[in-house]
Amino acid sequence: MPIEIIEPGLGSTIQDLGRPGYYRYGIPPGGAVDLYSARAANLLVGNDEGAALIESPYLGPKLRATEDTVIAVTGAQMELQVNGAGAPSWEAVPLSAGDVVSFGFLTAGARIYIAVAGGIDVPEVLGSRSTYAIGSFGGFEGRALLAGDVLPTGSGGARPGRSVPEDLRPSFSRSIEVRVVMGLYDYRLSEAGLRAFLDEEWTLSPVADRMGFRYSGPTLEWIEREQPFGAGSDPSNIVDAGYPVGSIQVPGGLEPIILHRDAVSGGGYAMVATVISADMDLVGQSSPGARTRFRAVSLDDALAARRERDDLVDALRAALS
Amino acid sequence: MTTQSSRYTWGADEHLVVQISEEMSLPANFTAMAMSRGIEERGLTGVTDICPSNASLLVRFDPDLIAPQALEEAVREVEAEVAHDPHLSLETRIVEIPVWYNDPYTNETGARFRDRHQRPEGNDLDFAAIENGLDSAEAFIEAHSSAPWITSMVGFVAGLPFLFQMVDRDRQLEVPKYLRPRTDTPERTIGHGGCFSCIYSVRGAGGYQMFGITPVPIFDPKQRLADFSEFMVFFRPGDIVKFRAIDEAEYSSIRSEVEAGTFRGRYAPVDFVLQDFLDDPDTYNSRLLEVLDAH
Repeated sequence: MPIEIIEPGLGSTIQDLGRPGYYRYGIPPGGAVDLYSARAANLLVGNDEGAALIESPYLGPKLRATEDTVIAVTGAQMELQVNGAGAPSWEAVPLSAGDVVSFGFLTAGARIYIAVAGGIDVPEVLGSRSTYAIGSFGGFEGRALLAGDVLPTGSGGARPGRSVPEDLRPSFSRSIEVRVVMGLYDYRLSEAGLRAFLDEEWTLSPVADRMGFRYSGPTLEWIEREQPFGAGSDPSNIVDAGYPVGSIQVPGGLEPIILHRDAVSGGGYAMVATVISADMDLVGQSSPGARTRFRAVSLDDALAARRERDDLVDALRAALS
Repeated sequence: MTTQSSRYTWGADEHLVVQISEEMSLPANFTAMAMSRGIEERGLTGVTDICPSNASLLVRFDPDLIAPQALEEAVREVEAEVAHDPHLSLETRIVEIPVWYNDPYTNETGARFRDRHQRPEGNDLDFAAIENGLDSAEAFIEAHSSAPWITSMVGFVAGLPFLFQMVDRDRQLEVPKYLRPRTDTPERTIGHGGCFSCIYSVRGAGGYQMFGITPVPIFDPKQRLADFSEFMVFFRPGDIVKFRAIDEAEYSSIRSEVEAGTFRGRYAPVDFVLQDFLDDPDTYNSRLLEVLDAH
């Protein structure tokens, strides 16, 4: 049951739950930026929660179903339209052959997920169907979707009518708090630099994509030192090292960057904190202009938040089983 | 191998980072690689990625499958084993990378982004020669291509090797990065920033100085060439690289082989023994290069 792309949106890609295991070669985990919404969309249409689906940031695509099928849209708030008429998100919606799917404007959040019954059936590369655009592989021909692309879908699924209960739908705010575990090279920041990082409010800049989210705010001060051999001359430089996914680096003390699921795997900028795994979806759904505070939590707090997150996913599975 | 103790730190709930040394050195890098192997050999459930880097190590894990404390304990045990091993060695490969230095592709790109560079006149090679007290670009090319380099880390983007030259520190080539990164770098560019050379595996942004271009692919996502039949990325941490200066004619001839799908790279297996190297780097390097020449 192929899906035809009439208009691709802005950098829509095929994603699943990602491609762990190749980070040592510079290949990032990839996968949906908002994993919770991706799982929900798949479960709604009766797919395995790790099936491949469409991720569209900021602007919805326009699609045509070439046969009868079922779709579900989750993630950011953006009105779903079938043949121009409003249809519900967070719900499995039946489509007839020839139906055209389009979207209204983004009103909250940043990315929508569109699951189709049977999943988008592109080939697996290194165990995943996620697009890694920089490496030109995975997803649909290793790139973002273009008008005229015809996406093959698998079989199975296709049970309309299911809906995610209200209390299991995320809400999106223009003012968020992101929990981080301090560490890595945070000892390189001065007392004042560290305080500013945690006390000031940051604003998400327009540089916010699958690779990273950059924030504007105050300049952070580093401790002056004679740089170690090989580290580079700026006080924010280190000997190039591996970057944790979700780590926050501050090149030159300006504009912290949170690396997301298509992160560069390493480089020469000191990282001062890492976003906890439970808050990565929240970061992924923030859009430029979002006011953001970083709150330091302990590793134990991060693990507790992770368990809460897992419980929420279990509740989602139970609600849609 | 390291005298100072490493620093263990968490990248939130999914990453353990071991900072072996703040400065770059071959022993620190060897420790990172040996620890990676040691962790891998333990086959710990829940460890998803083990990434050795220049002077540190990143382990990505699933805390639902392995508790952070249990992981840290295991990694500390591996570190102690490595520290007590007086015979650190590496089964690796020596790889020849032909380079068309001073080529028109990187020169054109360098000219396009001159407003982001320290020195408006000349190209990146001229700048690198001056920075290293050498009297010409040719002398810099000779220094760059005579002694071998070790792949001290693979990453940034898919398959990009960071290369550390296997010479005494006073002979290390050091060049600052561009003042502001370029938005474009040709695929297969030989770059250099700080004490590291690299080979850009894909076209894209970059801040390293550009010295030349290799005709040899190092990343092949379609796995078209025989050297990529097992994996799309060529380089592994520990691979030893010998650059060889080539001219335009040889560049074009190798590119034709690549395009025809018949190209095979030139590389041979070697055992690299760290202490033997540290005792007499130049003699050891000559022996490594003999392995390549005999191949």
